[in-house]
Amino acid sequence: MKRHLPAVAVFCLGAVLLTLGIVRGEAQTVLQKAVIICMECIGIG
Amino acid sequence: MARKTLRSQLRLGCQVAFTALSNGYVQGFFKGKIYNSPTKYACVPGLNCYSCPGALGSCPIGSLQAVIGSRKFHVSLYVLGFLMMVGAILGKAVCGFLCPFGLVQDLLHKIPGVKKLRRLPGETYLQWLRYVMLGLLVILLPMVVVDIVGQGSPWFCKYVCPSGTLLGGIPLLAGNPALRSAVGWLFTWKMAILVVILVLSVFLYRPFCRYLCPLGAVYGFFNRFALYRFTLNEEQCTHCGACHKVCGLDIDPSKTPNHSQCIRCGKCLDACPHEAIVSTMARRKKKGETAF
Ligand code: SF4
Ligand code: SF4
Ligand code: SF4
Repeated sequence: MKRHLPAVAVFCLGAVLLTLGIVRGEAQTVLQKAVIICMECIGIG
Repeated sequence: MARKTLRSQLRLGCQVAFTALSNGYVQGFFKGKIYNSPTKYACVPGLNCYSCPGALGSCPIGSLQAVIGSRKFHVSLYVLGFLMMVGAILGKAVCGFLCPFGLVQDLLHKIPGVKKLRRLPGETYLQWLRYVMLGLLVILLPMVVVDIVGQGSPWFCKYVCPSGTLLGGIPLLAGNPALRSAVGWLFTWKMAILVVILVLSVFLYRPFCRYLCPLGAVYGFFNRFALYRFTLNEEQCTHCGACHKVCGLDIDPSKTPNHSQCIRCGKCLDACPHEAIVSTMARRKKKGETAF
């Protein structure tokens, strides 16, 4: 278990950051970008 | 030999299944439109363009640039947290098993009848380009170069990403005449990058992953301590070089079993005649085993 401690700690920290990101509305920004065709991605914009 | 075939077949099956699953909106390809439902709140682990007509989720690198370049935020806790969670479990195994653009390069490299290259001249320096892509095009430029309303551009998507061109640009332009009429020099530039990478993939194993992919650079950082990692049993390893010889990425796992470029394809595990390289999934408690 001790060998996996860094991975577990990083995973937990990641979960906290992800939650904070959702709370402050970042997921909404991601969705808004992802549901319309991104002109930059396809090489037009 | 049987074990070798089984492992590579399982990996290929996993790559194909995940690519199909995460791009399961088949109507999008016929309509020349993209999927627009709340599943796109979530990122997928690989470099899977959210402008691919079939995409059900969001690309983490595109999402990172979208949040960093937005007026409201300059860092993305959401995407960083997601990458940390995935990286902590799988590390760069994501690249070996779950990325559509990794699959494309793998398939092209299977084309027989050409001399395969181990590396390019200046390989070590070329590999640093991944960090330039990440630091400059994905983070810094979208953050600091903004328009009058404070909005930054996704520089990596716009000027480099061949996954966006292949999975998003080509199918959308094929099915959407209005978009086709808007094509200009930028599309020609991105097509040129795509063609160079696809042709190079036939000769060299995964050139985009080696030199340019910012997402692979992030996952590579986790390889040393991710839950899924390799261990070398020093007592059993004779340093015969069999593992190094089969590695498409020219890694010597007897020296660095958790190299930042290792995509966990497992070829070295099968090639070792002494079973000296072990994954955490198949770890056996043996005396002398050391983790790197
Ligand atoms: S263009 Fe590339 S980096 Fe941008 S969203 Fe598409 S796949 Fe991701
Ligand atoms: S390095 Fe990038 S393109 Fe290659 S498999 Fe990993 S995420 Fe996909
Ligand atoms: S070190 Fe082994 S698992 Fe990693 S890429 Fe090379 S052959 Fe595949």
